[in-house]
Amino acid sequence: MPSPSRPFSLSPSPALHLAVALDGAGWHPAAWREPGAEPTRLFTAAHWASLVAEAEAGLLDFVTFEDSLALQSAHPTESDGRTDQVRGRLDAVLLAARVAPLTRHVGLVPSVIATHTEPFHVSKAVATLDHVSGGRAGLRVRISGRADEARHFGRRSPDEGRAVLLDEAADHIEVVRRLWDSWEDDAEIRDVATGRFIDRDKLHYIGFEGRRFSVKGPSITPRPPQGQPPVSALAADSAAYPLLARATDIGYVTPRDTDEVRVAVAGVRGAREAAGGDPGRPAHLFGELTVFLGDTRAAAVRRLQRLDAAHGSAYTSDAAVFTGTPVHLADLLLEWRAAGLSGFRLRPGVLAHDLPAITRGLVPELQRRRAFRRSYEASSLRGLLGLARPANRYATPAAAPVPARAARA
Amino acid sequence: MNRPLKQIHLAAHFPGVNNTTVWSDPAAGSHIEFASFTHFARTAERAKFDFLFLAEGLRLREQGGRIHDLDVVGRPDTFTVLAALAAVTEHLGLTGTISSTFNEPYEVARQFASLDHLSGGRAAWNVVTSWDAFTGENFRRGGFLPRDERYARAREFLATAHELFDSWDGGEILADQDSGVFLRDAGAGAFAHRGPHFDISGHFNVPRSPQGRPVIFQAGDSEEGREFAAADADAVFSRFASLEAGRAFYADVKGRLARYGRTPDELKILPAATFVLGDTDAEARELAREVRLKQVSGATAIAYLEHVWNRDLSGYDPDGPLPEVDPDPGENTIALGRASVRQFRDPFAVAKEWRELAAARNLSIRELVIETTGRQSFIGSPATVADSIDHLVQEDAADGFILVPHLTPGGLDAFADTVVPLLQERGVFRREYTGRTLRDHLGLREAPGPAAPGALTASGRTAAHR
Repeated sequence: MPSPSRPFSLSPSPALHLAVALDGAGWHPAAWREPGAEPTRLFTAAHWASLVAEAEAGLLDFVTFEDSLALQSAHPTESDGRTDQVRGRLDAVLLAARVAPLTRHVGLVPSVIATHTEPFHVSKAVATLDHVSGGRAGLRVRISGRADEARHFGRRSPDEGRAVLLDEAADHIEVVRRLWDSWEDDAEIRDVATGRFIDRDKLHYIGFEGRRFSVKGPSITPRPPQGQPPVSALAADSAAYPLLARATDIGYVTPRDTDEVRVAVAGVRGAREAAGGDPGRPAHLFGELTVFLGDTRAAAVRRLQRLDAAHGSAYTSDAAVFTGTPVHLADLLLEWRAAGLSGFRLRPGVLAHDLPAITRGLVPELQRRRAFRRSYEASSLRGLLGLARPANRYATPAAAPVPARAARA
Repeated sequence: MNRPLKQIHLAAHFPGVNNTTVWSDPAAGSHIEFASFTHFARTAERAKFDFLFLAEGLRLREQGGRIHDLDVVGRPDTFTVLAALAAVTEHLGLTGTISSTFNEPYEVARQFASLDHLSGGRAAWNVVTSWDAFTGENFRRGGFLPRDERYARAREFLATAHELFDSWDGGEILADQDSGVFLRDAGAGAFAHRGPHFDISGHFNVPRSPQGRPVIFQAGDSEEGREFAAADADAVFSRFASLEAGRAFYADVKGRLARYGRTPDELKILPAATFVLGDTDAEARELAREVRLKQVSGATAIAYLEHVWNRDLSGYDPDGPLPEVDPDPGENTIALGRASVRQFRDPFAVAKEWRELAAARNLSIRELVIETTGRQSFIGSPATVADSIDHLVQEDAADGFILVPHLTPGGLDAFADTVVPLLQERGVFRREYTGRTLRDHLGLREAPGPAAPGALTASGRTAAHR
């Protein structure tokens, strides 16, 4: 059994993976009031295109797009009626698709709320994102126990309990994954002699029968270029670790210090062993950090104070809040990397400031320490994450070699 | 007639998953790679078309209990590919077919509002109803609806979506960095809908988009569909018909508008149309015959016959005579997941008609199917086709056409290069885009909303969109 301090990913190098979580003008509620935030452009394609271009210029593994099926709210289950913060957002899958043709390397990972969505639609949407991006799609799955979101659909009670929703999310992901495999890679044959476009023996009913729903299949969309786009989820606490172990390629956790990193790493490993399924799930464990960066620690602290003053109260987060220089952040990330995490999803406090501070400050610092790539080494998101293109669960191994053109990693 | 020439509207239907699409041609490309969609959309935009149109089907078609393998199979998610196409085009409208049965209003409304934001006001929704438990098997909530409830649900779905679109009037976002006021109005997005199909309330979370509401299409020509279109749609996606039948349909649907307080130009009639071009009419006719042979193989002819006969006819020779056995009068179960089955509402009458035609002209099964199904709408030289299109529009059989090429992705290229310039020379088709949104292209008024149209001026409404 590996020691808890060993990196989650078995790679011996200190290299780490970096993602950035995009949301509105940034994660601080007053981010939209900062210089450069351009808050009237938040609902334009140009705003998102420039953010993703910056992430790609910084060689990041991927960006995530937050989403919700209600207005943003500081209240845990209801609309908060506030008018002093960004309210309103665009659909995350569509945002990712809109920027896909404008980028070439960076992974695009929209958030989807499993509780209220159809896995059939989600599966083909992410498969299509993978087709339009040439193999750079991922998926971040969330659950929702919010009363306001439940009322927007009017189909279920918000009181089902988190355990039920987490279990259902695992079923949702299972359906999404089976549908991705419901077409074998070489199902399209275009055999003029027999008049057959498709070899229907290479299309598969998925026959999912769960406790809460069933889905027949196959998908209407051919298998995505990556085969299985990486699936990720955030575990705010250990109750969600079984979901990470059952269903995801990347887990996000929210430790506050290095000891908590070790506890989280051991906890997810334990869930992985208890699940007894695919030992590669999750293949990666990322730490979450909200970051406020400055040329000096004092400057970063002053920025956060200014934001808090505008907001009217001190910023709080479910994740650790880092305030300091890119050099200090690099120190922290490498320490947590050594404690078992394989990467980080950074939440820029203010996108207009902290995203470029990541790509132009943190990234070069990590590169100097040989802890981050100097150029994109793969053209698919799985490739960037060191994940091989998986075999299709429905294919008979001898009959279905992976075509060379499909092996993008 | 002294009225000015009507301006023609043209759209491009991405080749679909049926036998109209010829995949066996050496020039036929991928139906899933984004490069095909990009080529197709850019060709349509180069030709100054109004919009691109995507169909949708949410379960792979089956014939005789197995996945139908003779036609193109597989397509992308509609919203996702349209959002990506918004990045590679500037003016072209983006029309998606989205079911009102296997979706929820809140989600669909935010997807269309998002698409409209991300395309700068180019989104359109072809609202379709679905009917079968067969497709419902792909969805957690199922979806079987008795036929007479389909339109009721569709109309309530659309009405609910409109309430969501209209829950923002466009003036709410102030985003004043100095004062710290982001929203002028804490009630932005508030809605409540109580009805037999949807009982929902709360706040819509997408601010008003450039068009306010997407352009609404209604597909089909049933009585319920016509009424739905007259009440709620901006355009009808209909079947191509002769001049006479087209004029009758056009007059009927436009005649219903007054009952809803609407004028005839508020609803565009846009039939789907196929075409084959040649240097001469004779060459086009020859090419059209070759295309029909590719579209209707022997196996495809038998499959078509099975739709009508509702029986396994795999033992019949497609080059031989029609079956002597009669259609099976039971519920049609041989072909699942395709709309065309509904064309044959009275299979005995169709069988009788086909037998008489085959006997009179000594046609084999395949020849008969080639003759009776899917003949191209426009066949001829560019001048002939331009003349036909213009004539049908000026004579009020249509306001324009949604063209369905038989080749992916290059099937539109020749039309763009040869027919469009002729229509432009006649002064009946735009040489440049003059508007920004799809509503502009179609000559539609600004969407109705919570505020009077006059109040939706650029100063407030588009502040968040620039």
